[in-house]
Amino acid sequence: MYQFDYHRPTSLDEAAQILSQDDEASLLAGGQTLLPTMKQRLAAPSQLVDLSGIAELKGVREDSGQIIVGAMTPHDTVANDKTVQAKIPGLAHLAGEIGDPQVRNRGTIGGSLANNDPASDYPGAVLGLGATVRTNKREIPADDFFLGLFETALDEGELIKEVAFPVPKKSAYAKFHNPASRYAIVGAFVASTEQGVRVAITGAGPCVFRVPEMEQALNSNWSADAIKDIKVAADDFNTDLHASADYRAHLVTVMAKRAVQAAG
Amino acid sequence: MGQFGVGQAVRRVEDARLLTGQGRYTDDIQLDGQLYMALVRSPHAHAEIKAIDAEDARQAPGVHAVYTIQDLDATGIQDIPCMAPIPGVDGRPPRMPGHPVLARGRVRHVGDPVAAVIAETPQQAKDASELVEVDYAPRAHVVDAADALAPDAPTLHEIAPGNVALDWGTGDDDAVEKAFREAAHVTRVDMVNNRVVANSMEPRGAIGNFDPQADRFELYTSSQGSHGLRKQIAEKVLNIDPERLRVVTPDVGGGFGTKIFLYGEQVLVLHAAQALGRPVKWIGERRESFQSDAQGRDHTATMELALDAEHRMTAIRLTSLANVGGYLSNASTYVPTQSLGKMLCGLYRIPAMSANVKCVFTNTVPVDAYRGAGRPEAAYFVERTVDAAARELGLDPAELRRKNFIQPDQMPWTTPAGATYDSGEFARLMDRALEQADYAHLGERKQAAARRGKLLGFGLATYVEACGSVGSEDARLTIDPDGGASLVVGTQTNGQGHHTAYAQLLADKLGLDPEQIRFHQGDTDVAATGGGTMGSRSLLVGGGATDQAADQVIERAKKIAGHTLEVSPDDLEFGEGTFTIAGTDRRTTLAEVARAAVERDDLPADLKGPLAETGHYDSPDAETFPNGVHVCEIEVDRDTAELEIARYVVVDDFGMVLNPMLVMGQIHGGVAQGIGQALLEQTVYEAGSGQLVTATYQDYTMPRADDLPDIEIEFINVPCKTNPFGIKGAGEAGAIGAPPAVINALVDALEPYGVLHVDMPATTERIWQILQANAPKAAAE
Ligand SMILES: Cc1cc2nc3c(=O)[nH]c(=O)nc-3n(C[C@H](O)[C@H](O)[C@H](O)COP(=O)(O)OP(=O)(O)OC[C@H]3O[C@@H](n4cnc5c(N)ncnc54)[C@H](O)[C@@H]3O)c2cc1C
Repeated sequence: MYQFDYHRPTSLDEAAQILSQDDEASLLAGGQTLLPTMKQRLAAPSQLVDLSGIAELKGVREDSGQIIVGAMTPHDTVANDKTVQAKIPGLAHLAGEIGDPQVRNRGTIGGSLANNDPASDYPGAVLGLGATVRTNKREIPADDFFLGLFETALDEGELIKEVAFPVPKKSAYAKFHNPASRYAIVGAFVASTEQGVRVAITGAGPCVFRVPEMEQALNSNWSADAIKDIKVAADDFNTDLHASADYRAHLVTVMAKRAVQAAG
Repeated sequence: MGQFGVGQAVRRVEDARLLTGQGRYTDDIQLDGQLYMALVRSPHAHAEIKAIDAEDARQAPGVHAVYTIQDLDATGIQDIPCMAPIPGVDGRPPRMPGHPVLARGRVRHVGDPVAAVIAETPQQAKDASELVEVDYAPRAHVVDAADALAPDAPTLHEIAPGNVALDWGTGDDDAVEKAFREAAHVTRVDMVNNRVVANSMEPRGAIGNFDPQADRFELYTSSQGSHGLRKQIAEKVLNIDPERLRVVTPDVGGGFGTKIFLYGEQVLVLHAAQALGRPVKWIGERRESFQSDAQGRDHTATMELALDAEHRMTAIRLTSLANVGGYLSNASTYVPTQSLGKMLCGLYRIPAMSANVKCVFTNTVPVDAYRGAGRPEAAYFVERTVDAAARELGLDPAELRRKNFIQPDQMPWTTPAGATYDSGEFARLMDRALEQADYAHLGERKQAAARRGKLLGFGLATYVEACGSVGSEDARLTIDPDGGASLVVGTQTNGQGHHTAYAQLLADKLGLDPEQIRFHQGDTDVAATGGGTMGSRSLLVGGGATDQAADQVIERAKKIAGHTLEVSPDDLEFGEGTFTIAGTDRRTTLAEVARAAVERDDLPADLKGPLAETGHYDSPDAETFPNGVHVCEIEVDRDTAELEIARYVVVDDFGMVLNPMLVMGQIHGGVAQGIGQALLEQTVYEAGSGQLVTATYQDYTMPRADDLPDIEIEFINVPCKTNPFGIKGAGEAGAIGAPPAVINALVDALEPYGVLHVDMPATTERIWQILQANAPKAAAE
């Protein structure tokens, strides 16, 4: 690790201000991604702006029929939150599938979404539920938030405040774990909502994406059978030591079917 | 038998200390004024070092020195030697280029150390290490053993043209040739025993110190035996009298073979400490463990088995390549040759065998002993081939094995591979394992699994390995005046629970609780001699010496008690720590005797002084042969290719089991490593770049608790006939039996897909590819 200055602001504005004055400053949430990168000397922020002192960023609440999860809420809190479990069981299950207990107790939804690792889980739920990412500047619909590999719609200096999840009729998440890192090789999030079915796939490609063919098929027939023959193209999928693009494409269909089954 | 006697699952006496953070590992030791070392390591797989500019680093804050090989050569520090000059088929020793402590003119693998930076703090050392500018001229590299033999392959060491370190052979080629000519059936399997990274929980580390007054070095280091390191460093590398070097190994968090050997960092901290007059500490980072700890296995083989018309095995032949990496580590020429070769007949009556193994240099981290060291490779090659033969011949794999087992009444049995088995009841163990695993109802389970969309496979593997008999040990036992006892041994626990085992050996004999026995190991100033821990030898050799020491202590104590009680020692009975005059209630305790020995002036000279004796044990000129059976039942998910181990049964013959809980712990750990090797652990050097791309836990898959099944373990111990304790050794067995059992099960599961072999690690990707490629055949059924 290289040297850096450390701040622990108590308000969003203060955090935003420090950030705006220094291009090399970085926000620190749970540190599960940022700190290992710094330890390996692959990142060298001049300042760390620790968000853990900002009370309004923490916790889960219900507001006008939506579930609002603060950016600094650890995965473990979401996984065990009674309201989330009752209203969006797919989301609670997804949060409980992330990493290991240590990671779930430190890692946050804000850090995860800002990072937009192609193998991370939360993008599946955010896109699959059609959630809204609220920042210190604006509201960004999920369909506009995830732009590409480690790339989001967040501007320089923009902070995620919270995520608003609409409550679906049903939802579920099925994950095929990377055996080493336990991130997603393929994760399928399916939701049946008032506006129709949404199917979001994470892990397989450079960025989370929806599968319109599956959504259509499920809109007319909510059953695993309805999508069993729908294959996605492997063209721009990830290939690594653990899974080839073709294997991932195959798993997309298998995991989507399993998610539909699990949602009931 | 007493409360703590043989066969009792005595709780580990070291656990309270280790589990509450009271352990003392190398990194817990802080010497006054210690400096820190960071290494500059090669980013290239193979490159010429044209120049090293360390000026900026030397000027950096806190830096005391930057060393390169020129500094070491100027001091006369020698290269680390290979200690196994095993002759090849040409009768000559291996081509043994030394392993320089820092790269000399050329780097030969990614992570090869090039310079050492010593600074006030670890951060400063690391910061400065980034300022060392090395001018590399990259050379063509090669990471695969077969590729390294190609005529146009780059040469790693000029003294080894063609990259062959050793071309080794054994057996009777003519007899084997004849058997294959006359065979009714020949089975041939091409397979890879994949490379693994040991991944001890505690990384390697070393602290060097030099005392100019005493003119003496001290090395604190995580190892599997301090005496061997002392001898090697003193005699081969520093050229000093071993008395001038003290090596101390404190608690060790896992070794698995890797920590037996000498590494450059251990030499560097000594050199730096002497040169700078301050202690110097180096603790490896996890990435450095991946890039510099000796790795395991990496053996690519063709195994052929000849059978006659009655399905009797008539000959076995191994032709193989062992990838030894960029340099020879201490024992790297022994592991894939003699250690492996001896076990190539398994448990079978095979009249003829031959083996040809080429040890090949590549631009990868050196390979050396890893849990089993050659014996797991042999068991894997044998048991995969026997299983394939049964499959090709349409025979029950258990029956083919049974038909060819060496029978108990044929013991001792000398195999043509040169091993003499003293005892073993192989069919009995296999029958018990099959019964426990309910082999009889396998067909029903397969059908039930198929209905759930799963492919169920049943795998059977036997193993035999050679253990124990390496060198001798001394053990010094002192009865302390407070009634406890202190034991000093020359073996080295790396986490196995030696303190408990030794305490258990002594407790009943001396009438003490295991907690009353103080345990000392790892310090060459405290133990006069020591052979360290490897090859499952400690309980046999160290235990033998300990038992002897206890006998000697009791014998002398009895004479002293005779004086204090004023009777003839012959009238004294010893039990529960007390000498009693037969038929009376007059007695004295061992603790009282120990005090009398130092306090009373009226004792004869030869009885006076601390009640301490040194026991000695020489290994008999015969190895021990633990053996056993592993049964693995797996289910493969047809949709995802995920594999789950549904059942795992082990039946072992360890000759004698002192503490079943400790031994089961060894089996659990060994099976975990074996399953890891078989299914999960991929060590991948990218051919294009020569980089180890699995150098973090994001990519290198260590087995986790939820990858592992419940492991059902039974012992059927047939006492070893070549040592007085009946011990055969148990430390490596789990890692030997598991890989073939798991892969045999997988091949059985994939039988409908026409599969005869799957290479390790059988990742889900690999299994999925098989299901894809062969889908039509399965669908047609
Ligand atoms: C061993 C391990 C296993 C893991 N397994 C999984 C897994 O299975 N699935 C999975 O999805 N993830 C996994 N993760 C990632 C983890 O769950 C976190 O989601 C991830 O590390 C990011 O969250 P964080 O709170 O730790 O963010 P940090 O590491 O603190 O920050 C990450 C990045 O986001 C930025 N950032 C943080 N908060 C905000 C904000 N509010 N607004 C804007 N930018 C912000 C930071 O500046 C930084 O660039 C794993 C991590 C580890 C170490």
